[in-house]
Amino acid sequence: MSEAAERLEAFLQRAPYVRFLGMRAELAGDEMTAILPFAEHLVGNVMLPALHGGVLGAFLEATALAQLAVAQKSAKAPKTIDVTIEYLRPGRAMTTYARADLRKVGRRVANIHVEAWQDARSQPVAALRGHFLLAQDQ
Amino acid sequence: MSADQDTLRQMAEMMAIGAPQAAALGFRLVSVEPSKGAIMVPWREDLAGDPDTGVIAGGVVTTLLDHVCGLSIMSRHGARTSTATLDLRIDYMRAAKPRAGVTAEAHCYKVTRTIAFVRAQAWDEDPADPIATAQAAFVLQGAPA
Repeated sequence: MSEAAERLEAFLQRAPYVRFLGMRAELAGDEMTAILPFAEHLVGNVMLPALHGGVLGAFLEATALAQLAVAQKSAKAPKTIDVTIEYLRPGRAMTTYARADLRKVGRRVANIHVEAWQDARSQPVAALRGHFLLAQDQ
Repeated sequence: MSADQDTLRQMAEMMAIGAPQAAALGFRLVSVEPSKGAIMVPWREDLAGDPDTGVIAGGVVTTLLDHVCGLSIMSRHGARTSTATLDLRIDYMRAAKPRAGVTAEAHCYKVTRTIAFVRAQAWDEDPADPIATAQAAFVLQGAPA
């Protein structure tokens, strides 16, 4: 297992809430795809049915943090400063995927864009833009 | 409590805990009045973002804020209004205290024919010392386009 894969695995195993969501991830080189298998407890609207908007937001945020874990070597976890979540389509009762783009990783702050999709990557269900405070080593 | 307040409270109870995700997170209705609502999520081991500190995960706060925003719109517009989140912006001021539950309150301060605008904030112990604030816009479904 590569160091990046080990860091990713450590991230996924560490947070109880990430396990509550049931989030997984796959790594191809340094390119990570986060995976959220559908589960009944993630539903926000039983009539449609649709994933809870908060679940999609939390999954996008966790994807950003996972991508940071893959790229960074700092031992401490980054902190979320702010996120803007855009909802584009209903999250249907099926597996959701997400990829994060580290737009800028500075010394203290990272800017990250994340997009989630289901059937087709060209038809995203939700997107996130966020700032994350990187842990100081000292 | 008047009949209207009774009905509102019942609708709010349904909405606050009715969704499977809300039930899974253990949401509890705190209060509801026209255009406003508050929901609490008690701390639980499996909702922690960091097992060492026991601080509740940011994702739980995100879902709580989204949900309570929906509640504030329903309390203004009635249960038949179905809403879809357009966007949700959250600022995280600080982490919640270890092993603390979180309460969030939302205010739907403006509604047009198709869009609802909502502000919300979340805190662990003191509303004056929030852990996160949110600003959101929702589409009212079934509203005339």
